[in-house]
Amino acid sequence: MNAPDNKRRALLAAAGAGAVAIAPGIHLIQASLADEAGTKLASSKVRWGMLIDTTKCTSDCKECVSACNAENGIVEEVADPRQRSQWIRKIDLVEKRTGRQHSLPMMCQHCANPPCVDVCPTGASFKRADGIVLVDRHICIGCRYCMMACPYKARSFVHEPLTTQNPEMPRGIGCVEACTFCVQRIDRGQKPACQEACPQGAIVFGDLNDDNSDIAKRLKEVASTQVRAELKLDTGVRYQGI
Amino acid sequence: MSRALTFLAAAVLALPLFSAAHAGEVAKPAIKIENPGTQCVAPADEMRRNHMEMLKHQRDRTLRLGERGAKVTLNGCIECHASKTNGAVTGGKDNFCEACHAYAAVKLDCFDCHQPKAGYKAAAATKPSGEHE
Repeated sequence: MNAPDNKRRALLAAAGAGAVAIAPGIHLIQASLADEAGTKLASSKVRWGMLIDTTKCTSDCKECVSACNAENGIVEEVADPRQRSQWIRKIDLVEKRTGRQHSLPMMCQHCANPPCVDVCPTGASFKRADGIVLVDRHICIGCRYCMMACPYKARSFVHEPLTTQNPEMPRGIGCVEACTFCVQRIDRGQKPACQEACPQGAIVFGDLNDDNSDIAKRLKEVASTQVRAELKLDTGVRYQGI
Repeated sequence: MSRALTFLAAAVLALPLFSAAHAGEVAKPAIKIENPGTQCVAPADEMRRNHMEMLKHQRDRTLRLGERGAKVTLNGCIECHASKTNGAVTGGKDNFCEACHAYAAVKLDCFDCHQPKAGYKAAAATKPSGEHE
C-alpha cells in the first residue's frame, strides 16, 4: 500500500481553504467559521492528544474502561460478547524473549490522517477542526468500511436497538462508533473520563499544539511511541514505555 | 394488466371524494404542554412548521463544528416537553413528539439514537464491555 501523499494533501487543503467565490457575496467555503452568536467552536489551533504512560498502567485495573462506559452510556447487555462495543479496552503485552509484561489501554488514536475518514463512502466519518475523529451517525449507513480500515481495531458496530444512551452521547443501532475523547466533556472544558478516572495518573491529556500544556512538555522530555508509526497516521494518542 | 389500471384509476379518482367525506373527522392530536407559561425558542406556529429544519441545521453545527449551548437543542426540547407520566417525549400517543408524528404518519427516528427521557443517566453495566478476555 502506498503511504498517503501528505504534501499533496496539504497543498490541496491550502487551495481549498481560500474563500471560493461562486457569485459576488456568496462564498462556497467561508474563510472563517465564527459563530454569529459568538459561541465557541472547535478550533484548528488546538490539536487534542493523549500520552499514556504504560509503565504506570497495571494489568488488573480497568478504571478507564469503566469510566468510559459510564460517561458514554455503554451499559447495554449484549448477548454475543463479540458484538459488545469497545470504545476503550485494556491490552496486556508480553515480550516473548524477556518475559517483560505490561498493560495499556487501546482506543481510537485520533489520527491526523485517519484511514477511517479516507474510506468512508458517505462522509460520516470525519475529523473535527481540533483533531477529534468522530462518526456522524446521522449519515452513517453502517457499512463498516472504517472498521476494516482502522489499524487499531478501535471502532465498534451497534448490532442491537439501544434504550440506555446518555443524553449527551447518542448511540444507536446500525451505526459505527468509537472513542470521541469525550467530546461532550472537552466542549465543556473538562478532560476525558478515562484521564480523570486513572488511579495511577498514567494518562496525560491536552493540546499538542500548545507548548505550555502538560502533554507538550512531557512529550519534549520523554521518549514516546506512536503505535504503527510506520503508517504515518500522526496519531493523537502516544504511548510511553512500550 | 388493463383491469388493474382501470381499478387504479378508479381508486385515484375516488380518493378526493373519499378524503373529502372524512375531512374533519380524524381527531386532531392532543398536544399536552407539560410546562404551561414557559416560552419555547420560537412561536408554536413556527415550531410546528420548522422544528425539523431547525434541529437538522443545528445537529450539523453541534457535531461538526463543536457548537454547544445553541438556541435549538434536541435535549432542550426533551427537558421541557418530556411527559410527567413517563418522563419521555415518546412512548405513547400522549407523548409530545409522538402525538403529532403518529397523527401525521411521519416516522420518528431521532430516538433510535437520542435518549427520549429527560435527565436520564445510564446505570452501570453488570458486564462491562471493553474487558480483555
